[in-house]
Amino acid sequence: MSTMTTEQTEALIQEVLEVYPEKAKKDRAKHLAANDPTLEQSNKCITSNKKSLPGVMTIRGCAYAGSKGVVWGPIKDMIHISHGPVGCGQYSRAGRRNYYVGTTGVNTFGTMNFTSDFQEKDIVFGGDKKLDKLISEIDTLFPLNKGISVQSECPIGLIGDDIEAVSKRKSKEIDKPVVPVRCEGFRGVSQSLGHHIANDTIRDWVLPTRDNDNSFQTTPYDVSIIGDYNIGGDAWSSRILLEEMGLRVVSQWSGDGTLSEMELTPKVKLNLLHCYRSMNYISRHMEEKYGIPWVEYNFFGPTKIAESLRKIASYFDDSIKEGAERVIAKYNAEMEPIIAKFRPRLEGKRVMLYVGGLRPRHTIGAYEDLGMEVVGAGYEFGHNDDYDRTIKEMGNATLLYDDVTGYEFEEFVKAVKPDLIGSGIKEKYIFQKMGIPFRQMHSWDYSGPYHGYDGFAIFARDMDMTLNNPCWGKLIAPWKATGSEAAAKAA
Amino acid sequence: MALRQCAIYGKGGIGKSTTTQNLVAALAELGKKVMIVGCDPKADSTRLILHSKAQNTIMEMAAEAGTVEDLELEDVLKTGYGDIKCVESGGPEPGVGCAGRGVITAINFLEEEGAYEEDLDFVFYDVLGDVVCGGFAMPIRENKAQEIYIVCSGEMMAMYAANNIGKGIVKYAHSGGVRLAGLICNSRNTAREDELIMELARQMGTHMIHFVPRDNVVQRAEIRRMTVIEYDPTAKQADEYRTLAKKIVDNTNFVIPTPITMDALEDLLMDFGLMDEEDESVVGKTAAELAAEAATA
Repeated sequence: MSTMTTEQTEALIQEVLEVYPEKAKKDRAKHLAANDPTLEQSNKCITSNKKSLPGVMTIRGCAYAGSKGVVWGPIKDMIHISHGPVGCGQYSRAGRRNYYVGTTGVNTFGTMNFTSDFQEKDIVFGGDKKLDKLISEIDTLFPLNKGISVQSECPIGLIGDDIEAVSKRKSKEIDKPVVPVRCEGFRGVSQSLGHHIANDTIRDWVLPTRDNDNSFQTTPYDVSIIGDYNIGGDAWSSRILLEEMGLRVVSQWSGDGTLSEMELTPKVKLNLLHCYRSMNYISRHMEEKYGIPWVEYNFFGPTKIAESLRKIASYFDDSIKEGAERVIAKYNAEMEPIIAKFRPRLEGKRVMLYVGGLRPRHTIGAYEDLGMEVVGAGYEFGHNDDYDRTIKEMGNATLLYDDVTGYEFEEFVKAVKPDLIGSGIKEKYIFQKMGIPFRQMHSWDYSGPYHGYDGFAIFARDMDMTLNNPCWGKLIAPWKATGSEAAAKAA
Repeated sequence: MALRQCAIYGKGGIGKSTTTQNLVAALAELGKKVMIVGCDPKADSTRLILHSKAQNTIMEMAAEAGTVEDLELEDVLKTGYGDIKCVESGGPEPGVGCAGRGVITAINFLEEEGAYEEDLDFVFYDVLGDVVCGGFAMPIRENKAQEIYIVCSGEMMAMYAANNIGKGIVKYAHSGGVRLAGLICNSRNTAREDELIMELARQMGTHMIHFVPRDNVVQRAEIRRMTVIEYDPTAKQADEYRTLAKKIVDNTNFVIPTPITMDALEDLLMDFGLMDEEDESVVGKTAAELAAEAATA
């Protein structure tokens, strides 16, 4: 295992930047850095949340993806209308494997696609009438829906439809919340603005509905899980730990979540924030308006889980603190054989990550629990507060890359030669064809959950089966193998 | 004779539709086969030819039928005075939807349905006042109208609009073959109007193709939903439109315009006494303030 010095990392960045034209080079240079964990603020070394350059093959999504795909989509008992032409809704159908309990098409709608399917005439004459009719039809066909959200696609903002007026009118008519969301894809530089817009609509259209209603029976141990999308069941394997330590989980945002859970969240004592990037806005709002503190936590890997459970418990009385210790002791005993089994197979392996807004820093601890090292990390749509939190988790002189381009990522991988890459579907096959083990870290490669202790057992198994898969030894055809490779194979 | 496609632009309310229909009627009288394509959601580009309030538009009928693909050409193409073919793109009520997209859809439909393949001499596009977005520039994009006529008058805003339209033409002139073919002065009886428009035309690199005087017979004909040519063929005004039609038939003066700067336009207006020399001392002063100043002076 070779560790790079700051000079070597910076030289690599310079070398990779070399091919760009002057203007692009200047821009991209600001998004690439060698980590310095002693820095307090990341803006000294890296720039983020800026518009991508044309032609660089960015991996980013759009505001609609951030709102419909991430924040709103998993709310299972509401119907989310993809308002506009059919593609946006159809290609984001079923969301991000946000698991949920319910009968799809009856009381839950998570994997269905509802769209206004805009035609030429809707663009020319406006789509408000169609939206009106669509909402009536939805409520007739799916009467158990608890509410509707209108997720705007690009044309809605271009032709100036008044979806707010339609939503207000229909909300009265069907006596359920109808939430207009102005998440047109052309807004902002990535999906990040879509998260913010979605948070703001929850703030304005959902949270105030129970402001003067104290009928909900609260307990001193009420908490809410914020920013867990239950991908492959992540929120479930998190929730059981909180419940075992004595807390009552009132709501899950938004994986396997419901509208009434969201409405009840202002009644809780503490908001537990997992994905800071996508839901810090609503957490801050609830702190300001309702005085509810929020705490960031990390449920990847036993070390971070134990730290997080203790941090959460510190907001409560001794019974919860004892509960946390009990949970940690119980599960650590379960984790020991898992670590004993997988750590020797993974020890010293080096990982490069490029994911969304949370996992590049949150999974570092889980890799470290397996003796692995994260040597490069970057965010698609992170802001500088994400990098502030990242630089402390990463080793000195490791690579940081923001909104990395296809070219840069490939070049970095060629130079750093990691043993494993964790990124998304668009990156997967490029790196696998380069002979490098790869895990999808958005969808867990259709595995999961990875959160919590149960999730870590799966995480460890998945990393092992990917990294130590015999296929990596078969990349060279037998008749092309040199003597030493042939010998290794024979042995 | 090869098909000539012309578009008529100009400030809103300047008389584009009236001028176009009278001109087209005169062309028909000359034996030319002509089609009018109305590119305005108001759909009033063909009423004088068809004697109707407003013709069924492509977009209206497409909305009823479901999609524009469900329409047939004969559903939307009407024939009026002098065998003039009439079609209206149509579009939404003011304040909703996207009228520009309506124009694009309608023109694409006409092309796909082969509306231009018929034995036509001229197609005239009558386009909404300003080129506010890409949709209203559709008629001047590649392979559409090659000749642009701008209707204007000696009023400042009309000339300002004409100059702006010139800028729009420059933008598309380099990618396609569109050219400015002349200014049509639709008189408002302002002072030295003909000289002024001739000078503006000269500076923009084109010519004033015709000066159409003001005559109440135009309004009398309009009340009857007719062109002057049809309503009173002996009227003097009918001859004016006939002259304009002949000039357009013979026109070969097609240029990439040289729109002038705001300063040059203001100078021109000052030369003709339509505007006073700018007095810096009065900028941003209210009437009350100026009155107070005058009292102390």
